[in-house]
Amino acid sequence: MGYVFDYSWIGEYSGVLLKGLWLTVWLILVGATFGVALGIFCAWVRALGPKWARPIVGAYVELIRNTPFLIQLFFIFFGLPSLGVQMGETQAALLAMIINLGAYGCEIVRAGIQATTKGQFEAGWSLGLSRIETFRHVVLIPALQRIWPALSSQIVIVMLGSAVVSQIAAEDISYAADFIQSRTFRAFETYIVATLIYLALAILLRQLLKGVGWVLFPKRSAAR
Amino acid sequence: MSLIEITEVRKSFGDNEVLKGIDLNVEPGEVIAIIGKSGSGKSTLLRCINGLETINAGSIQVAGAQLATDELHLKALRLKVGMIFQGFNLFPHKTAGQNVMLSQMVVKKTPKPQAEEMAKKMLDRVGLGHKFDAYPDQLSGGQQQRVAIARALAMQPVALLCDEITSALDPELVQEVLAVVKELASEGMTLLMVTHEMRFARDVCSRVVFMHLGRVHEIGPPGEVFGNPKTPELRQFLGQTH
Repeated sequence: MGYVFDYSWIGEYSGVLLKGLWLTVWLILVGATFGVALGIFCAWVRALGPKWARPIVGAYVELIRNTPFLIQLFFIFFGLPSLGVQMGETQAALLAMIINLGAYGCEIVRAGIQATTKGQFEAGWSLGLSRIETFRHVVLIPALQRIWPALSSQIVIVMLGSAVVSQIAAEDISYAADFIQSRTFRAFETYIVATLIYLALAILLRQLLKGVGWVLFPKRSAAR
Repeated sequence: MSLIEITEVRKSFGDNEVLKGIDLNVEPGEVIAIIGKSGSGKSTLLRCINGLETINAGSIQVAGAQLATDELHLKALRLKVGMIFQGFNLFPHKTAGQNVMLSQMVVKKTPKPQAEEMAKKMLDRVGLGHKFDAYPDQLSGGQQQRVAIARALAMQPVALLCDEITSALDPELVQEVLAVVKELASEGMTLLMVTHEMRFARDVCSRVVFMHLGRVHEIGPPGEVFGNPKTPELRQFLGQTH
């Protein structure tokens, strides 16, 4: 093979790459925070919330889980303006990620909630805690602990999936890579660099989530 | 007026009527043992008293708090009666101390230092002051149950409901829990306990309630109920357990 690798462009385009990296990091940090919050709220509704609200959340979850992320993104960015809802590409990307993670997170967290024994609820209630208080103080943390590995994986999947936001010109890592390779014609090297950045980011994100779990859940308590 | 007044209480699960009109009044400081075969309704009765089950007819009131289905009434009732479960039900993500502090802080809005002080006092009372920072899975079954008792006591209830609290324990751990209950009884705490510990019932309780097919079949001081059972059902039940 006579291919000669050429990375001489990196210096010139490092600013573009860093800018892309920053957007991807920002999207996943903010998106995961709100996405998980949305997921927890939806899981509460589906498992314990008012009966009339359950089918509504169910419909949202099934709609998102059975359509491609790219279409959801296009719907928000290209579709919503027809209804008068305008937003920039970054906001649209963030919103799509929150809505997507909210739906998958809902089902994951719900599994954790539903594995809670009846006795835990009854112990909370008989101490005088209301239903909401029992959920917040008694049920939620052990439920999250049970499903934390699955939820962490889903967050990483959303981070990797965020590569498609370059399709609406949100300037993330993938957008930067497209831009660089179209200027330098060094597609192979560019995507090797992009791959390594995503890889490093995913590994770091997993470690970060492990750390969050470390803080959130006591070390010695076995999930029951 | 009695501390706990249970009047004509009926409870069905579907077509199955589990409680068929229960009347029971409990005076302050009484220790009541509820005995009977499984399926006789004794646990259900206990669970009705703090609103874990809804009732179909009749009324229950504890120290002026009436059983109703809305959260406000339920909270008022549950502040009067504590409940201890067969399966301990400690919160696994909280230490023994935090287990005892939680409801004080959330329900009564007690500031943390006071809640902590109360938790220490209550854990000391059940002999577990040194386990304040231990998580439930670091404790034996007997210790977990004693923490559960401390947790209920910290809310300063006027009565405690004990639902077969030693049934899930290894035989050698039963005594340490019963010793705590005995101590509470001697301090004047009102106790209603569903139990299979007949000797304990005989030694500690002021009255014994024998339930059969959803009714209070026989009731009286332990000497009478155990020494001179009037109905064949009670005789048969006691014959089986002795």
